[in-house]
Amino acid sequence: MTDGSQVGIVFWFLSFVILVSGFMVVSLKNIFHCALFLVLCLFSVAGIFILLEAEFLAAVQILIYVGAISILLIFAVMLTTNMATKKVSQSNENVAVGLFVSITFAMSAILLIDKTSVWRYRDQAQNISEGAIVALGKSLMTQFILPFEVVSVLLLAAMIGAIVLARRERS
Amino acid sequence: MFYYLALAAILFSIGLFGVLTRRNTIGILMSLELMFNAANINFVTFNKYIAAEALLGEMFAIFIIVVAAAEAAVGLAIVLLIYRNWNGIDTDNYNVMKW
Repeated sequence: MTDGSQVGIVFWFLSFVILVSGFMVVSLKNIFHCALFLVLCLFSVAGIFILLEAEFLAAVQILIYVGAISILLIFAVMLTTNMATKKVSQSNENVAVGLFVSITFAMSAILLIDKTSVWRYRDQAQNISEGAIVALGKSLMTQFILPFEVVSVLLLAAMIGAIVLARRERS
Repeated sequence: MFYYLALAAILFSIGLFGVLTRRNTIGILMSLELMFNAANINFVTFNKYIAAEALLGEMFAIFIIVVAAAEAAVGLAIVLLIYRNWNGIDTDNYNVMKW
């Protein structure tokens, strides 16, 4: 953060929470605790969105991720595992390889971001106007009308697919 | 801007680690959500810093969230099905897709 020390403090706090809770999500033994830390992580990502002046996206994030997807995940956890007895290791034998791959990926990605010059000439936060949500809604109904409709069909298909998959077959 | 991108990269790597090492299928799906969120942070950052007036990044992020919701619904239905048929959702329990 180069601009605004208060924004900087909020950014560092949010990113600390995101990274710590994200690490908890992938490393804790109890899968239910993982789901709760996932909620915290997604909430902090919504905070990052607000920091980037994407308020509508933050609201969508809280509604859909925190409200819907996490609840879905928690329901699936409670339907499939017997939480009280599950104390075995939740990770498989690939921990070393996975650690190596992910650390290598993170280092190379950060190095690439550092070395690339595509965004440097515009490394300046631009102001998003007050009517950004209006513009968003308008372009959703004009320019992006086709993806909008396709995504609604996708949601319908996913809903029907989930019902058909999870239905108990009668014989 | 660098810090936002670095945050997204580290979050993506954490998700990658989770996908590679989790034994529980629901854990894998949770790590996938982390990776989706890293991508979303990138999109919103580029939207803010490069083309704030076009709002294309936010639009893309909205569609990503919708697709993630659909993915979670179908994925968890498949997880329930696996649990019912194989009595467990650990990834070393089922290997019917192997040849």
